Amino acid sequence: MNIKLSYDIAKSDFSKAGEASSNIKKVLRQLGIPADIIKRIAVSTYEAEMNIVIHSDGGRIDLLVTPEKIQVKAVDKGPGIKDVELAMKEGFSTAPNEVREMGFGAGMGLPNMKRCADEFHISSSLGNPTEITIIVNI
Amino acid sequence: MLQVKSVVEKLQLEIIAGAGGLETEVNGMYIGDLLSWVMANIDKGNCWVTIQTHVNVIAVALLGEASCVIIPENAEIDENTIEKANAENIPLLRSSLSAYEIALMFSKLEGN
Ligand SMILES: Nc1ncnc2c1ncn2[C@@H]1O[C@H](COP(=O)(O)OP(=O)(O)OP(=O)(O)O)[C@@H](O)[C@H]1O
Ligand SMILES: [Mg+2]
Repeated sequence: MNIKLSYDIAKSDFSKAGEASSNIKKVLRQLGIPADIIKRIAVSTYEAEMNIVIHSDGGRIDLLVTPEKIQVKAVDKGPGIKDVELAMKEGFSTAPNEVREMGFGAGMGLPNMKRCADEFHISSSLGNPTEITIIVNI
Repeated sequence: MLQVKSVVEKLQLEIIAGAGGLETEVNGMYIGDLLSWVMANIDKGNCWVTIQTHVNVIAVALLGEASCVIIPENAEIDENTIEKANAENIPLLRSSLSAYEIALMFSKLEGN
């Protein structure tokens, strides 16, 4: 049986930030998914969620669990990424000062997602939504 | 097996919130304030020492499977961080010591 869940992520809402990821983690635990797989999904979902909160105009995270894999899809309403290759580099960040003071902006989010995933896709360009797919095989 | 409550006792930490998680098993310590760096490197059961005190710290602790959060140098803690720590049963602890001093004391404790 497949399980599908969707979460709306609001722009700049730091009080709720991380709730979608925490919820997904709880669901996966209830499904009896192995701990190391849950950790990888939790880390990558958190990073995708925070990027929507910090860098986008808001968006959505969709979870799909099948017997073979867990897929997390993060799609936002733009404004998109000018240079995706550069954004993928460890340490690259355009985070403004006020969020850097909160500990964001290490430029590690996208590299973390890629490292945690068995399959990682990102598609974005300036003026368009950013779409990220993270797949972890069970 | 080391529990959060033994760390609280031996390091004389102030319990700010999340007392429901005091029996969680502790395994090592991690010190860091850059959240995605912490997320990438923290291990299950680590006591996480950070000077960040906003509410998102609890989400990182939860997702990173930290056993507790220790705020050094008596830094002020946001009210919604306290509420969230209580809701999630993540022990939120505070010390007057620096992260370095906390780590030194912790290493003696772990050595026993
Ligand atoms: N959803 C998004 N919309 C627009 N730009 C994005 C989005 N996600 C990432 N970016 C861009 O890519 C850069 C790198 O992202 P990454 O998550 O690796 O680092 P960061 O968010 O800046 O810092 P960290 O994740 O370490 O807190 C961002 O600074 C931002 O410029
Ligand atoms: Mg990021």
